Amino acid sequence: MAPLLEIKGLKTHFSTDDGILQAVDGVDISINKGETLCVVGESGCGKTVTAMSILKLIAMPPGRIAAGQIIFEGRDLVPLTSNQLDEIRAKEIGFIFQEPMTSLNPVLTIGEQIAESLRRHEAVTKKQALERTIEMLKLVQIPNAEGRVHNYPHQFSGGMRQRVMIAMALACKPKLIIADEPTTALDVTIQAQILDLLQDMKERFGMAVMLITHAMGVVAETAQRVVVMYAGKVVEEAPVDDLFGDPRHPYTQGLIRSIPRIDLDSEHKTRLEAIGGSVPILINPPVGCRFAPRCKFAMNVCIEKEPLLREVSPGHRMACHLGDTQLGGAA
Amino acid sequence: MSQYVLRRLLIAIPSLLGISVVLFVVLALAPGDPFSELATNPNVPPEVQAALRAKFGLDDPIHLRYLHWLNAMLHGDWGFSFVSRMNVDTLILQRLPATLYVIGSAQILALLIAIPVGVYAATKPYSLFDQIANTLAFVGFSLPTFFTGILFILIFSVTLDWLPFVYTTDIKATGIHWVLEMIRQAIMPVAVLGLFQAASMTRFVRSAMLDVIRLDYVTTARAKGLGQATVIVKHVMRNAMIPVVTLIALQMPAVFGGAIVTEQIFRIPGIGSLLISSILSNDTPVVMAVTFVFACLVVLFNLIADVLYGWLDPRISLR
Repeated sequence: MAPLLEIKGLKTHFSTDDGILQAVDGVDISINKGETLCVVGESGCGKTVTAMSILKLIAMPPGRIAAGQIIFEGRDLVPLTSNQLDEIRAKEIGFIFQEPMTSLNPVLTIGEQIAESLRRHEAVTKKQALERTIEMLKLVQIPNAEGRVHNYPHQFSGGMRQRVMIAMALACKPKLIIADEPTTALDVTIQAQILDLLQDMKERFGMAVMLITHAMGVVAETAQRVVVMYAGKVVEEAPVDDLFGDPRHPYTQGLIRSIPRIDLDSEHKTRLEAIGGSVPILINPPVGCRFAPRCKFAMNVCIEKEPLLREVSPGHRMACHLGDTQLGGAA
Repeated sequence: MSQYVLRRLLIAIPSLLGISVVLFVVLALAPGDPFSELATNPNVPPEVQAALRAKFGLDDPIHLRYLHWLNAMLHGDWGFSFVSRMNVDTLILQRLPATLYVIGSAQILALLIAIPVGVYAATKPYSLFDQIANTLAFVGFSLPTFFTGILFILIFSVTLDWLPFVYTTDIKATGIHWVLEMIRQAIMPVAVLGLFQAASMTRFVRSAMLDVIRLDYVTTARAKGLGQATVIVKHVMRNAMIPVVTLIALQMPAVFGGAIVTEQIFRIPGIGSLLISSILSNDTPVVMAVTFVFACLVVLFNLIADVLYGWLDPRISLR
């Protein structure tokens, strides 16, 4: 079965005063129908830019899709104009953004903001759009939806706004939802509720979800497959159990070890491990492995030659010169 | 809503009172008064002068004179112009329409230029259109109105002889010809004032738009597939207009100030030129009244701006 969305060799570059910033540099990601795929990585690794590139929501200029294909249901989205993409935006691919506090227009009612998407993509009257909007608000469990539909964003809490964002993204029943760190800006208790809601909606509508996050806990709970990104490249890709059970890339291992564990008793407790250093600046990046400067296992070849993604077991791919020899100290 | 407007009007009363005190004191401190010319007139004996001064209370202490003026104002008595030999309110009502006509048209012209140009320039920053608009705007607000005014007169009246350069209120025509003549004679002053306003407003609209255009909710709107025009008009413009309304309201005093200069250049018999001539002839009651009318207009425009905020931004509650 062909995947719902297939990103092949995507390169998104930004021109800056200091040179070309290669935010996304040859990324391959595919999502199947009805699947939840998590994209993880540190801030600045290109997760968001990858997601935004799919519907060309990055600022262009300075941004530019320099190479690659984004195939959605057999159609390449890269050559499409913004007008052509408007037919796919919200209708086929819905977006949920990171900041519920700033992602809603403060001067329009939430009802208006949900309904405008319906009225853009479906032949509905104003009244029908309002009814559908109320229905969506009920679905995302906003109490008193009939009254709240006429409220403005500032009259909602962060969690409620994110529910509104979800209702908005789901309104046209898209086949794919891209959720860019939908819980990062929320309280921990609200985070769980929002993830549950997202899971619930996914099952109800049978859509695929691309969930971008940097929280490994979220990954473990929601994903079927995981893509780990580092410095604009995919470094590992695996089914979720494989990734947590048998992480191959040193970066993935580091990410997993940096999750606080409360299930270990006190004598097994160790200091939380952090990955030293920070993400490299992606203007004129080094030729070799981009993780090499922070890698405990770095060898000469790592600095000289870029490791390519290769399959280490069915469905499990990674990009590291260490080969498929098991590295010690997995989580 | 009406309650909000009423409350704002009530708040305007103390500010207008404050303004009137300041104006009154400043004018009282200024040298000369309506009778100073009598002092140099050999036909008026000193005792008549003194009697007149006593009769009009000109030698009373300042607070008594202020209360006297305030009391008269509250009773609708704006005073008497000693120079024009008529009541001040009649004089102002004669002059005000010309000023409002010119300033109003100039502001409308400025908005009609600034909003579309600023919005379009912001959607394509650093494009050729944007660069040209920016350069022209920069030239526009670097040139003072007294310079462009004279330049316009030189080109369009003296050289080309297309437009009259003296504005007149007693046009010898009726019906449609009167209307056309009114428009024709207003073209230059409105253009001079309007283009000057449009220049700074364009740059402000552009930067307000650029501030909003990169915000998250604009990306949200784009992600809904709404199309560029809807995103710009519905999501960006409405938000960008909030600071623009502030600017326009805050600029009103400067606009009136600019209008005084423009009225002088084009000989428009508006209240700006009335103010200048009354200052020159020491016609204190008129100076007081005109400055007070300007103050009222500024307060009024601020009130309009406040009401507009409430309409544009639901976060400001009109209670």
